[in-house]
Amino acid sequence: MQQMEKRAGRRLVAGIPALWLAVFFLIPFLIVLKISFSEAQLAIPPYAPLLNWVHGLPVPRIHWSSYAYLFTNPLYLRSYLYSIMVAAVSTLFCLFIGYPMAYAIARAGEAWRSFLLMLIVLPFWTSFLLRVYAWIGLLQNDGLINYVLLHVGLIHHPVTLLQTDFSLYVGIVYSYLPFMILPLYANLEKHDPALLEAAADLGARPFTIFLRVTLPQSLPGIAAGSLLVFIPVVGEYVIPTLLGRTDQIMIGRMLSDEFFDNRDWPVASGVAILILLLLVVPIVLLQRVERRELEGETVEVATVEAET
Amino acid sequence: MNAQPSPAAEPALPYVRLQAVSKKFGEFLAVDAVSLEIRRGEIFCLLGGSGSGKTTLLRMLAGFEAPSGGRIYIDGEDMSAVPPYERPVNMMFQSYALFPHMTVERNVAFGLEQEGLGRPEVRRRVTEILEIVQMSPYAGRKPHQLSGGQRQRVALARALAKRPKLLLLDEPLAALDRKLRERTQFELLNIQERLGVTFIVVTHDQEEAMTLATRMGVMDRGRIAQIGTPAEIYESPVNRFVADFIGSVNLLEGKVAALRDRDLTIRCESFGCTVRAARCVDCAPGDTVWAAIRPEKIALASEESPDEAFADNRVRGKVREVAYMGDVSICLVEIDSGKTVRVTLPNRSGLAAQRDLRHAAVTLSWDVASPVILTR
Amino acid sequence: MRRTGLFSRTTLVLGLVFLYVPIVSMIVYSFNNSRLVTVWDAAHSPTLKWYGVLFSDGEVLDAALLSLRVAICAATAATILGTLAGTALARFGPFRGRSLLVGMTTAPIVMPEVISGLSLLLLFVALEQAIGWPRGMGALTITLAHISFCMAYVTVVIQSRLAGFDESLEEAAQDLGARPAKVFWRITLPLILPAVLAGWLLAFTLSWDDLVISQFVAGPGSSTLPMVIFSKVRLGVSPDVNALATLMVSVVASGVVVATLWMRHRQRRRERDAQLAAAANL
Repeated sequence: MQQMEKRAGRRLVAGIPALWLAVFFLIPFLIVLKISFSEAQLAIPPYAPLLNWVHGLPVPRIHWSSYAYLFTNPLYLRSYLYSIMVAAVSTLFCLFIGYPMAYAIARAGEAWRSFLLMLIVLPFWTSFLLRVYAWIGLLQNDGLINYVLLHVGLIHHPVTLLQTDFSLYVGIVYSYLPFMILPLYANLEKHDPALLEAAADLGARPFTIFLRVTLPQSLPGIAAGSLLVFIPVVGEYVIPTLLGRTDQIMIGRMLSDEFFDNRDWPVASGVAILILLLLVVPIVLLQRVERRELEGETVEVATVEAET
Repeated sequence: MNAQPSPAAEPALPYVRLQAVSKKFGEFLAVDAVSLEIRRGEIFCLLGGSGSGKTTLLRMLAGFEAPSGGRIYIDGEDMSAVPPYERPVNMMFQSYALFPHMTVERNVAFGLEQEGLGRPEVRRRVTEILEIVQMSPYAGRKPHQLSGGQRQRVALARALAKRPKLLLLDEPLAALDRKLRERTQFELLNIQERLGVTFIVVTHDQEEAMTLATRMGVMDRGRIAQIGTPAEIYESPVNRFVADFIGSVNLLEGKVAALRDRDLTIRCESFGCTVRAARCVDCAPGDTVWAAIRPEKIALASEESPDEAFADNRVRGKVREVAYMGDVSICLVEIDSGKTVRVTLPNRSGLAAQRDLRHAAVTLSWDVASPVILTR
Repeated sequence: MRRTGLFSRTTLVLGLVFLYVPIVSMIVYSFNNSRLVTVWDAAHSPTLKWYGVLFSDGEVLDAALLSLRVAICAATAATILGTLAGTALARFGPFRGRSLLVGMTTAPIVMPEVISGLSLLLLFVALEQAIGWPRGMGALTITLAHISFCMAYVTVVIQSRLAGFDESLEEAAQDLGARPAKVFWRITLPLILPAVLAGWLLAFTLSWDDLVISQFVAGPGSSTLPMVIFSKVRLGVSPDVNALATLMVSVVASGVVVATLWMRHRQRRRERDAQLAAAANL
């Protein structure tokens, strides 16, 4: 009797959030998929219905026009490739800057560590939009950076820093750095310092120790951090709009323009589906990496418990 | 003071009965068809090393693990499928598991509140049990304001407040230092006698088991190796594992040379000696057996004037090492064949006498009643 | 390892400078009388002029109020849903559909916002067509959308907190007769409350801050604060936005400082109690 009550209670606890997510997360994707196979129409809503009723029987009308358009339009192809490249390069920048920072925090003394982490996380709690906006003030032709460079004499005319690839990368790295640092730190913090001492005792120099002991152990952290940066950046909208180039736009902006400006919902949906297809592999990879980190801990605990 | 079985206990009725209980975790068999009977009012100890399955067995009794096979009966009722919050069983956790956000009083009251007792009744019972464990002045404190020993008393009070039929204790003395451990051992015995609760204690510490238990079970890799009183297990182990697990033992391997009623002669080639034992064992001449002789039962005398008492069992050797332990000394004697025999000697004459022993040529001897003959 | 490497530490310091220069520059220039970032109008600065402009801007105030209402509702609902999901994932062991729940609660965290926003808008449109609800886009649709992506973050927070939680406390409570629901209420929840609060704050911040999803699911009459800010800044630097930024940073910073000080105070009191107990030594 108790088992049944318990099972019913559990079903409720897991079921309520699952139901919510099914309605507000899964089903929307299905709708996007459906609309991507439709055709734009002057109607409300502005797309042709998917099912046509012919003599009382539903006949699905699938239009491939959106996908045909996307695949044959060089603008879209370039935009996809550009977005992937920007995401990849930003990820690398975040990695090269974030890894040493995470390393330094993990090595710091107890008191310092929480303080430093707080410093890293604090900007995150202040508005993302405002912080990106701040860079406009710094990077514009009459902005702070140009002012300083002119004053110091390094340049004689203001350098165009805004609306370039440079400003785009600055903005992305600036916003996503914490997403790289935190998983890396979480991993590095768990490393056993005794291993480093053992390696040193056996004659390895600091750089070798890093390469052969620390780096391999931190791979899951690197994977998690990289994916946490790469995946969202592919579809970024705000930063490219405020800081990025105007002659080459990223795919997130194209989707938004297609939707709001062209009112072409099917094509916008098609763009979304294609971005998703691109990101399926990284998303699955991320979930596997995270699961392995979580399970690695629980398996150890279970073994210890079973042994006593 | 060892625990004595309570004279009022009905000797024949099993209070807790485990019938071929098994537990499998994936492919790993933690508990292998254990059958066990525990009587009311006794203190039963499950003794074993890591991986022996003792904690898993305890958790099955508490209800936190469901047996993969077999049944568990408590006071006649089949409890195998009953969840922990419905069992008349309470547990004292190794880490004490006191609720950090509640005072001592609330912690102890928690179990009583679950029974739906009225406030005045709860308060009365809480006061009563805190008296028994001598923690009354600390009723308003929180766990982090208590020392380790104090926390343990609260954990005990919390478990006993509900007057369970069965109290399970998971390594109760493991976290305490030596002095505290001795004191707590006696207190536990007192409380048990006073309240008459049946205790089942899980431990890896032999001393703990020997002191607390009225009966104990030695576990090895999921199975029970032997059940008996501490004396039975120590003096009459049934196999080499138990003999070696409890205390120290010298195991002399040999073949049965002659066999008569209560008179066994064993030829131990590797030790270069013959062992005579006044035992009755089920074996035949030519069988391989082991003579288990406890170190404290071996007499050590100088070579020139060997002990006259044990003429039947004598072996010559040289003292290799002497470890001074304060109350006793442990001597490792290398006998002629090259093997080492361990001897424990009380330090009647102090350190100086023991120092003379080093490198001395000696004769070891023992009484025919001392060796336990093991066939497995 | 004291020889942590000059390289790492230098990078850390430079990185922190990099993180804070924009914030500091905004704060400084919110007090600048001149519109231009590079000209510090020493004669008339520092001034609170832009703060005045900010507070008299009706559009901004309305948007702030809407954002506040939405954020509070969304954070609360997201916390409840996220706690349920986190508990299920951390405590229920393997169950049918678990991988699906895992996927659904981790994907929103990385999903590009344009996709989330688009899909939710299409959902609302389809719903309105099918059952007549929700009527038009507005505060409700924004709130529903925010709840959906915020709960994923709360789930992760709660799940990881429960993973590190001492299960023997829950077992002890069960052993003493409490059923699972009661164990959760009286034992687990009080002890993970800090994590629940952190989750609420996280959800609040994410909702308050959100631009892209809001743009998709907001209606003509409702603009959230980020939407208003975005339309202002697309045209360039706007000093009243600097003032807003300063206010937000101050609120957040003081909150964090207060929280840190309080936690340290509690930590110190705990240590003192533990020392006293050990000294009294039973």
